[in-house]
Amino acid sequence: MARIDISPDRAEVQDEYIGTAENSRPASVLLRELVAHLRDNRTQLREEWARRITEAKLLTAMTKDEIFAEATSVYDNYVEALETGTFEALQAYARNLSERIIPRGVETDEVVGIVLLLRDVLARSLFAKYQTDFTKLNRILDAYEPAANRIANTVAVGFVQERERIIREQQEAIRELSTPVLQVRERLLILPIIGVIDPQRARQLTEQLLRGIRTNRAKVVVIDITGVAAMDATVANHLVQTVEASRLLGATVIVTGLSPEIAQTIVNIGVDLGKMNTVGDLQGGIEQAERLLGYKVAHFTEAQ
Amino acid sequence: MDVPILKQGDFLIATIQAALTDADLLRLRTALVQQVVRCRSRGVIVDVTSLDVMDSFASRTLREVAQMIRLRGAETVIVGIQPEVAFAMVQLGLKLEDVATALDLEEGLAHLSQRSTSSA
Repeated sequence: MARIDISPDRAEVQDEYIGTAENSRPASVLLRELVAHLRDNRTQLREEWARRITEAKLLTAMTKDEIFAEATSVYDNYVEALETGTFEALQAYARNLSERIIPRGVETDEVVGIVLLLRDVLARSLFAKYQTDFTKLNRILDAYEPAANRIANTVAVGFVQERERIIREQQEAIRELSTPVLQVRERLLILPIIGVIDPQRARQLTEQLLRGIRTNRAKVVVIDITGVAAMDATVANHLVQTVEASRLLGATVIVTGLSPEIAQTIVNIGVDLGKMNTVGDLQGGIEQAERLLGYKVAHFTEAQ
Repeated sequence: MDVPILKQGDFLIATIQAALTDADLLRLRTALVQQVVRCRSRGVIVDVTSLDVMDSFASRTLREVAQMIRLRGAETVIVGIQPEVAFAMVQLGLKLEDVATALDLEEGLAHLSQRSTSSA
């Protein structure tokens, strides 16, 4: 009795087993078939893709020929990644591509867009090829989807990372360039500040200035903030602290070019302006510094 | 540790060579205020080049030294505050208001000579 009861179950189990075996016919075999398909239709699919890119008005910064050339390399790398399952080459290519196209103003959504388009173009070609055999199409898509998603991910992440790297580098460069401490006369330093000052940059400015005072044995420093449009209370406070720290090193600080907004900020935070030497513009600041240092500037003709 | 006080012409020079305890600082204050009249000095220089920390007590004592010496008819200059020390002091609100400061000993001497010639 018991045996009879059990046997249909077994049959079912076996059926299922065969089914899974068929389904999970090594994904690599399916992928190989897929790759062969993509290789065979390389030219046609590539053209289709390039056409769709132009149609969707993506990569407008590039010419048609360039798009086609890039499409070819992306396509080949894509197929290779599908075939080998390794993404290093594709990653390297994505980074390299990003490096070339970022300076031309290509946006993240465009890059993501073209990769998704390619995914779509290839999926459509698979539909067309296997539309008669639905189960096979299903299995092919099972193999294709994860790989394609991973590829799209890799390219997009590569692009964004490259962008971030470039932004970081530029920030670094701006930071380096943006805090020059210049000696214009014996014992007179000028510190022109341009752009936005965040707390980190403010700190760096102070450090460089104090070090500059020491190495150049400066007695007077002119800090020109004509190029600073606005300043929050923290940074304004920091500026005042910088002035005081410079005084402890024996240097007088003259701040020039305060904009009305910054003047307002400084008044609002209630800084004691008695100790702060301010002059309207850089020229006036330098003139006052020269007076403090005992220089007298005269026209050559008058001097004679 | 006592701070040596040297007489150099019209000026007294006290060079702090290591971190001082509060008691040392007070002794230095007393010694300077006594000697400035005894030596008929017109100026006092306190050199803090080797200090890498300046706490509130030290800074207040230096300020008191400057004020007391002014009352005794001379001028004080603090010289050699390190950049890091200066910024740390400012952040702690220790600004040494109305005390003259100079970059180093040479600058301090120049400052005092200039003062005495202009007032003389």
